[in-house]
Amino acid sequence: MIVLADSIVSLRHVDKWYGGNHVVKDMNLEIRSGEFLTLLGPSGCGKTTTLRMIAGFEDATTGIIEVQGQRVEEKEPYQRDVNTVFQNYSLFPHMTVYDNVAYGPTIKKWPKAQIKEQVTKMLELVQMAGYEKRKPDALSGGQKQRVAIARALINNPRVLLLDEPLGALDLKLRKQMQIELKRLQRKLGITFVYVTHDQEEAMTMSDRIAVMKDGVILQIDAPLEIYDHPNCRFVADFIGESNVIEGTVVSAEGSLLSVETDGGLVRTRGEGFAVGERICISVRPEYLAVSAAPVEGFTMRGRVKDFIYMGTVIKTSLDLPGGQEVKFSRFEPDPTLREGDERFIYWPENKSVPIRLTGEVSP
Amino acid sequence: MKNKKLLRQRRNAFWSALYAAVIYALFYIPVLVMIQFSFNDAKRNYSWEGFTTQWYGKLFSFGNHDLWESLVYSLAIAVAATVISVVVGVLGGIGLKKFEFRGKKFINLMLYVPIVVPEIVLAVSMLIIFMTVGIRLGMGTIVIGHCTFCIPYAVVTIKGRISGDNETLQEASMDLGANRVQTFWRVTIPSIMPGILSAAFLSFTLSIDDVIMSNMLASARQSTLPVLILSVNRTGITPDINALTTLMVLVMVAGMLVMSGLQRLRRKREAREMAEAEQRISTLRG
Amino acid sequence: MTAPKKRRNPLPAIAQAGPVSVWMVLFVTVPMLFIIYISFMSRGTFGGVEYTPTLTSYETLADVTYFAVILKSLQVAVVTTAVCLLLGYPFAYYIARKSADVASRLIMLLMIPLWTNSLMRLNAWMLLFQTNGPVNKALLALGIVQSPVKFIYTDGLVLLGLITNFLPFAVLPMYSSIEKLQKAMLEASADLGATPATTFRKVTLPLTFPGIFSAIILTFIPALGTYTITDMLGGGKVLYIGNIIKNQFGTIRNWPLGAALSVLLLLITALLIFLYSRFAKIEDMEVL
Repeated sequence: MIVLADSIVSLRHVDKWYGGNHVVKDMNLEIRSGEFLTLLGPSGCGKTTTLRMIAGFEDATTGIIEVQGQRVEEKEPYQRDVNTVFQNYSLFPHMTVYDNVAYGPTIKKWPKAQIKEQVTKMLELVQMAGYEKRKPDALSGGQKQRVAIARALINNPRVLLLDEPLGALDLKLRKQMQIELKRLQRKLGITFVYVTHDQEEAMTMSDRIAVMKDGVILQIDAPLEIYDHPNCRFVADFIGESNVIEGTVVSAEGSLLSVETDGGLVRTRGEGFAVGERICISVRPEYLAVSAAPVEGFTMRGRVKDFIYMGTVIKTSLDLPGGQEVKFSRFEPDPTLREGDERFIYWPENKSVPIRLTGEVSP
Repeated sequence: MKNKKLLRQRRNAFWSALYAAVIYALFYIPVLVMIQFSFNDAKRNYSWEGFTTQWYGKLFSFGNHDLWESLVYSLAIAVAATVISVVVGVLGGIGLKKFEFRGKKFINLMLYVPIVVPEIVLAVSMLIIFMTVGIRLGMGTIVIGHCTFCIPYAVVTIKGRISGDNETLQEASMDLGANRVQTFWRVTIPSIMPGILSAAFLSFTLSIDDVIMSNMLASARQSTLPVLILSVNRTGITPDINALTTLMVLVMVAGMLVMSGLQRLRRKREAREMAEAEQRISTLRG
Repeated sequence: MTAPKKRRNPLPAIAQAGPVSVWMVLFVTVPMLFIIYISFMSRGTFGGVEYTPTLTSYETLADVTYFAVILKSLQVAVVTTAVCLLLGYPFAYYIARKSADVASRLIMLLMIPLWTNSLMRLNAWMLLFQTNGPVNKALLALGIVQSPVKFIYTDGLVLLGLITNFLPFAVLPMYSSIEKLQKAMLEASADLGATPATTFRKVTLPLTFPGIFSAIILTFIPALGTYTITDMLGGGKVLYIGNIIKNQFGTIRNWPLGAALSVLLLLITALLIFLYSRFAKIEDMEVL
């Protein structure tokens, strides 16, 4: 394995068992210095466990975990140069905001004056100046999270671990905090390892996303890359919305594939697929299109089922002959379309992704 | 129609309040009678013979030596039992909540035994062990006896106070660089302080009022106040005992009032500080 | 496939769970096992125990005199418990339906008498019910009786002492389980057409059952084992199991017999706990 020079956290062949449950399976992960990496996946996929192993709250059953090139498996959480922001904030209820933020420096016996200066600076950074004397109980959820972030950041961690930190906030506040967190990370240049099950959140904030399922990283890449080129059906489904249509390759000319589906013939582009192979094709709703006249290479037809207005976007659903439903979304309504209309369905070949059906693809 | 419903509700409220008052009377009548007879102008309390305050005077001229001795003995035992029970109970409450180990289920079961088994059974079984092993009865054995029923209550109280949050609070502390000992003193203990205080209060009241353990596990020479009362009862309780127990209740109630008063003051101060901070914030922002 | 084992530092676990474990084994498990063992031994000539196995003690229990005492103790404990439940449940319900603030004050009001020495409270009942005491005077004045009634040293007065002594401990667990009951559930039941009586029978009672059973355990068992209340109010003339056990370790000195009686109480306790575990989780038992 090639260890990148700028890797700040690396996990090699890490396994975690809880009794008979294998929750993290042979994980290999290189986290780059200064990046915003998100571990994304449904609950129970092992993302939080992975984070907790880096923090030191859980021991890896086997494998190597390195932070800044040093092995940390045997180190206690308080000996590791990483800090954590918890989902439930975990502010000490018996301490004021000031004492909470000053906790790490006090333990490390910084001079009093320096502690005061740093706490003030940190509270300003998270826009919580003036709240020093409050107890956590008297703060709103968003304020608690800001204090929790300040409390972690004051220790100058090289890596900040965030475990669904915005999970308990309402939607509007969450969106606002996403932007603030991203700005903060840019400004400080600290590596953020962020755990969430919210794919939109991951798309908004991350430099890279690692999509996890059943203890395995399925795909790790930049958000747009994952969005445009999901490497397996799960990723295609989980990230954004996707139309996934199954079929058999009937011809392959260079990268251009012709695929026979239940609803008719369609096209896509991909390398290394053989004629006769069962595949599925992932098409994002914004790329799927309809036409009254047949488009070259596409013979698939669908019947318009309904229109859903979602803020600025109109989603149109169509039923395929086999019963499957596909969707496309546009900013403007198509005045010629009515419920029950039949249309040809097509998409730009290079905006669709063929995915092998034989097992999940490992990165 | 609506009036009828209202009337019915009012009538129900009246009867249920009356019922509660009767039950409270059942609890308070003995206390009031006890206090009344501390002013009884008689050598021994059988019937009311007239009002006097002499017993309080006699109490503080330390005429009844046995009484004071037994009170001091009781207090010493209660303090020792409270300290031991709280330390063992707090550690145990935390440990039993946090760690998994072989035999944990058994220990949890054992903790219920002193709570549910009749005290006399616990007392005589300990007595037999002490006599057989040859441990001399006295203050030490009484303290052990009291601890044995106080520790389970302390453990239950502490366990109830440790929420799911507590585990992450400890993780947060370690994450911020505090080792286990620092975490224990700075985070674990303060965050369960109310539980520790109520465990201490409970242990103290259980110990100071205990008769059975204090009777069975005592040496012949010294007895606690309740045991003294039990033995004096045969010949008649003297009013100075009423005077002493009256004072004890007053001290307890006064202590409780002071505590809640202090708490109210602190809450007021916090509210004031908060209001001040609010103002500062708005000037900062404005 | 199973997980490979990894050793953890056992020190924190030992430091925290160790003392309580050692204490419980040393001062609960060992004495309990020992008293069971002793109950199968012979009585020593000069008190104490002779270590020859025998069933004599248990045979003695079946003897008419002892058996009568056991039956009577059971009877009194059952009556005490029943009265405590009947008086305590509406009272607990009354407190639990108040706002949290008022309820906590009412509970406080319930606790304050408990800080008074319990024997002195029992003694106060004695004073009230003396032959020439206030109760008799009132009865005579009202013409309800012609001559003073003898209350003291009767089973009736003992019963009053038992009830007033244990009622708070019956109220507290029932209060906490009624308090946990969600108002929405009662409203849902009413909404679905149930009368208040049906709601009480089908919703309230089953949901507060753990509290009720805890109250039974916390009343019945101590009432069965007490000797101080019977000593104070029965004047040593009324004998219950507790008095007999105590006497075997004092004046009379028949340890194996006392042990056998203790084992009997243990068995009754175990039976109640077993019944409880059939209906609710032991961990949910309200003990405070």
